[in-house]
Amino acid sequence: MSTGDPKGLRIEDFDLIEQQEGDRMILSVGPHHPSTHGVLRLVLELEGETIRACKPEIGFLHTGIEKNAEALTWQQAITVIDRMDYLSPLSNNLGYVLAVEKLLGVEVPERARVIRLLMVELQRLASHLAWLGTTALDIGAQSVFFYAMDMRESILDLFEEASGARMNPIYIRIGGLANDIPEGFENQVKEFLDLFPKRYKELRDILDANPIFLDRIKRVGMISKEDAIAWGLTGPNLRATGVDYDVRKAFPYLDYETYDFEVPVGANGDTYDRYIVRMEELWQSYRLCCQALERLPDGPWRIEDRKIVTPPKHEIRESMEQLIHHFKLVSYGFDVPAGEVYQAVESPRGEIGFYVVSDGKNKPFRVRVRPPSFYNVMALPKLLEDCLIADMVSVIATVDPVFGEVDR
Amino acid sequence: MPDALVERLVEAFPGVVEPLETPFDIPQVRVNDPAPLVEICRWLKDDGFNMLIDIGGVDYLPRPNRFEVVYHLLDMSALRRLRLRVIPNEEKPEVPSVGEVWPSALAPEREVYDLFGITFTGHPDLRRIMLPDNWRGHPLRKDYPLQGPRFNEEKKFPSQQARFRAPKLPGTLEPGK
Repeated sequence: MSTGDPKGLRIEDFDLIEQQEGDRMILSVGPHHPSTHGVLRLVLELEGETIRACKPEIGFLHTGIEKNAEALTWQQAITVIDRMDYLSPLSNNLGYVLAVEKLLGVEVPERARVIRLLMVELQRLASHLAWLGTTALDIGAQSVFFYAMDMRESILDLFEEASGARMNPIYIRIGGLANDIPEGFENQVKEFLDLFPKRYKELRDILDANPIFLDRIKRVGMISKEDAIAWGLTGPNLRATGVDYDVRKAFPYLDYETYDFEVPVGANGDTYDRYIVRMEELWQSYRLCCQALERLPDGPWRIEDRKIVTPPKHEIRESMEQLIHHFKLVSYGFDVPAGEVYQAVESPRGEIGFYVVSDGKNKPFRVRVRPPSFYNVMALPKLLEDCLIADMVSVIATVDPVFGEVDR
Repeated sequence: MPDALVERLVEAFPGVVEPLETPFDIPQVRVNDPAPLVEICRWLKDDGFNMLIDIGGVDYLPRPNRFEVVYHLLDMSALRRLRLRVIPNEEKPEVPSVGEVWPSALAPEREVYDLFGITFTGHPDLRRIMLPDNWRGHPLRKDYPLQGPRFNEEKKFPSQQARFRAPKLPGTLEPGK
């Protein structure tokens, strides 16, 4: 193991340029600051109230998830990957699980695919609602936070009903799901979806024509199409600039190509467009949920291969062979054929990609995650260029970073 | 079954770029010599790969030339992907930075430097990004203990084990007894 040079903090880390010109001031924002949505430190170089340069400092929440995943079996690694993007854990699950299933060469049944899609789209609703509440709160519209969090809570109740956990459900597993949806779950989802249009309209009514809100976010934090692509923005932040790149349309998974939905795009790439794109995505996700609920078929909700999924309890009690399978899966896991795969899915924050390398053993050799928030945060210097310091708050809020994912 | 793009790329950089099999839809090539990487990337960008999706490192430890830097590229208009696998020298792992081709490369290059210890020459600000500046070692290397650097310290200084262990609660048994 090589040793890095044990340097302490250096003064040049804090200065953006060695020679300061004129009346420039260095301001350090964070890591604990209510507007940074987590633990982000920004070193700003100010000229009056205008941000001339900015340096994001991350890593305060680094927990070594990629290293930990290498020490767990394939199925266990979902638990740590679940905790990366804690506002949309199911999207993380899905990307990893699809990657491993590609390596294994298994295809999950129709019912599992539809439930996965339903859950992931509900997760997108929940994540965008949490974003909407906190963003509006940052900009000064307090009541939206309560409306949005109330709606998000009803979605989290659905997750609790299905998987037993609100925040980190670990519901999507290799080979299908953790368990089938409980009885009456469809009706509960239906109840929520029936109320959704009315509640969604309430939210739009509060914000869409609110002159104070619009003044704060229009023509702020603009980025051009070319810059957004060059800096690696994905998701709603990229679509706000007018690029209609959505992994669900471009590289479909989970039969997204058979569903009817649109990809909303903006025009200017400012915070207003990012707001509108996410609000429209809420509506598209609602439509996808309705379609998934309509076509939810009966049938098996996971594959039948007992070498990958644990047998049900009654089979274990009756059959010696199933008991052996169960013991083997719990103690050793299963081997995955050697190979490597990149699987991208559209998380609420953008393209989350899993580059999974297997060496044929029961543990992942390497799980590299392409975190969308990481790239979005590292593009902040471009977004904040020549912005007012008061607008920094709304720019960071509409970029929607989640630091569990940025730092991993 | 290499596709047309890979064939043209191999033709443009003979001897350096080597085609690999295409597993699961994404064509991939291996770059044996990292020195002309920036020219390869410029060529690819001119060919339409306008977005650098990700840079990640892999450590295949028992293998000679253990490190690999893996680039995922995306062509947003034609919707195609490409994977570049660059193998740096094991003794002195160095890869040229592609930050001048795609600015989004700068951040993940810092991460690969931090977690694998692979240097990116020409990077304007190559510092640790996740870990503190005075951290020792590079955690995602396969020979780095999962428990962190303290794992070895504890073995080295048995007299100071108390520093590395949580205090024993009264009434609990010593582990292993």
